[in-house]
Amino acid sequence: MVRSTPLEERKKKRTAIMGEELIRVEDLRKHFPLQTGFIANIVNRGKIPAVKAVDGVSFIIKRGEVFGLAGESGSGKSTVGRLVLRLLEPTSGRVIFDGVDLGGLPQEDMRRMRARMQIVFQDPLASLNPRMSIGQAIEHPSQIHMPEFSQADRRTQALDILKAVGMNPAESFYDLFPHQISGGQRQRVALARALVTFPEFIVADEPIAMADVSVRAVLLDLMMKMKEEFELTYLFITHDLATAKYVCNRIAIMYLGKLCEVGPLDEVYGNSAHPYTRALLEAVPVPDPRYRRTQAMPAGEIPNAINPPSGCHFHPRCPIARPNCSVDEPPLREILPGHQVACHYAEDLIK
Amino acid sequence: MTDDILYSVRNLTVEYKTRAGVVRAVDNVSLDIRRGEILGLVGESGCGKSTLGKALMRLHDGPASITGGELWFDGRNLMDLSLREMPDIRGAEIGMVFQDPMTSLNPIQRIMDHLTETIHAHEPETSDSSARARAEELVERLGIRHERLKEYPHQMSGGMRQRVMISLALALRAKLVIADEPTTSLDVIVEAKFLDLLKELQKEFGLTILLITHNIGVVAEVADRVAVMYAAKMAEVGTVGSVFGDPKHPYTQGLLRSVPNIKLDGADLYKMGGQPPSLLHPPSGCRFHPRCPFVMDICSEHEPIFSPVVGDQLAACWLYQGHGANKVVENQEKSNG
Repeated sequence: MVRSTPLEERKKKRTAIMGEELIRVEDLRKHFPLQTGFIANIVNRGKIPAVKAVDGVSFIIKRGEVFGLAGESGSGKSTVGRLVLRLLEPTSGRVIFDGVDLGGLPQEDMRRMRARMQIVFQDPLASLNPRMSIGQAIEHPSQIHMPEFSQADRRTQALDILKAVGMNPAESFYDLFPHQISGGQRQRVALARALVTFPEFIVADEPIAMADVSVRAVLLDLMMKMKEEFELTYLFITHDLATAKYVCNRIAIMYLGKLCEVGPLDEVYGNSAHPYTRALLEAVPVPDPRYRRTQAMPAGEIPNAINPPSGCHFHPRCPIARPNCSVDEPPLREILPGHQVACHYAEDLIK
Repeated sequence: MTDDILYSVRNLTVEYKTRAGVVRAVDNVSLDIRRGEILGLVGESGCGKSTLGKALMRLHDGPASITGGELWFDGRNLMDLSLREMPDIRGAEIGMVFQDPMTSLNPIQRIMDHLTETIHAHEPETSDSSARARAEELVERLGIRHERLKEYPHQMSGGMRQRVMISLALALRAKLVIADEPTTSLDVIVEAKFLDLLKELQKEFGLTILLITHNIGVVAEVADRVAVMYAAKMAEVGTVGSVFGDPKHPYTQGLLRSVPNIKLDGADLYKMGGQPPSLLHPPSGCRFHPRCPFVMDICSEHEPIFSPVVGDQLAACWLYQGHGANKVVENQEKSNG
């Protein structure tokens, strides 16, 4: 009798339909207090200043899509990624994964849930244990989440996944340590380790930012192949809008803890309705010397998230700001089907 | 050497002594920097571009040393100077801007003091008040209000700190500024503005800039010419128009096609095979041959000569050394044997 592989078993169990809602994030907030403790509480009369890293973010991710989350450093995009996986506890708001509110889950249930959601970080050297061989690193999650497997099963599975991520011959890499392989290969191992529990959802936080330019395209391609093979859904966090263009189906642009625009990639790029999105897209360096930027860049730099500007956070830098922008905060509203924007004057910008 | 060349690097070799052996981070590299140009130096991490940038100021310490070559700067071979004479060149004639301004600026010194100290170090006769006046005028030109000179580095944003770094180079009217990944720690909007500023300074002060970066887009945006390094060797040099329009070296071709272009629709990215090589054990012959789609027998046996292909465009590739190739090999074998 031919034994089916764990992946086939897993696929059989899955009844999910591509395109249905997998993740729903509702009014998510994460405020990091600048001080903690009894004394600080008294001194500040219970109102301790906080960094509002994520301040009221809502979106949904559909099964099978690559949902991009883009913004500059300090916009809160990585914090959203950690909140979605409940690696951080939110200050308020909800994350619903496949119909289950993660916030209400007891620890044991959450641990089981983690097998279904994984993360790939920017720096594989920091996220791989330097004292664990590549084989051990890949088997480790399956020891936790799939205790029913034998050690021999685990090894076979680790080798299969190493092959799948292009580490051939897999046997020759199995006993190596992270420092013995190249940066691009390390990121393949990090991806392999994320895949070993056959998750449905992966948060990829700047997964190619540390890789060499010549291997970035290869890694992106690998991630997309794995997405098809393992029927994955990605939350793709990036600061690089050019890269996002090649992989994302939908994208959200984040500024100072809030979403300013969400929609299908073609819509957000081709018909941007927020002045910040426009500036970001215009600022991306284009690898073609014939191209010249035409629009002026917004003034200043991203303000700090402790005392963000009143009203619309972007108003001090905005080229089309009017007096009410510093008073009224624009809500995220649907301006075209599936295309949401948080700007009072979005209609002036779109075609 | 012609007058329009400010800096001419001839056959430079820089070696690092490591426990595992000697690593040649820059291997027999020649490069001309022309007066008033922005020359982009691109390559992947570990290709030797930063080591080359530092070697131009003879700024290397510990395990690194220049083991061969000449550094002709403005008519002098810097290799003929003693290391004691180098500080007069550094800062005053060649300025440097690094990736992370926070580690280059003194955290407990006000910005004004950075500037006046730099001016006094090289021009001790300058009075305090005129040094201050010069500092104020300069930072205003770079878009920083002069009141902010009394602040400390941590009070400024990343983009402003990078402007301060440039102002330190301009304070002494440096002829050449070596900028090593100056925008890598900046966000795209701030990066775009900083690149605009570099362009303006080039025009206004006739500044020559060597811009070292891994970001192909940045080079396309501001540079006049571009030099591409691969595994400690120079792979290709030419004007930005010619190299981007018609790259000659297969590495350059692959590199340019693997970079995402936000203005392009529907094109797939080129996926370059293999990994960047280790400099401890570089491949034989042409170092790119294990990854090259056009590899020929000769490529793994003999190193191609870095030579003109068309006009000003130089490349180190056997594809363009067709007829002469056999002769070169014969000569090499003769000289070896």
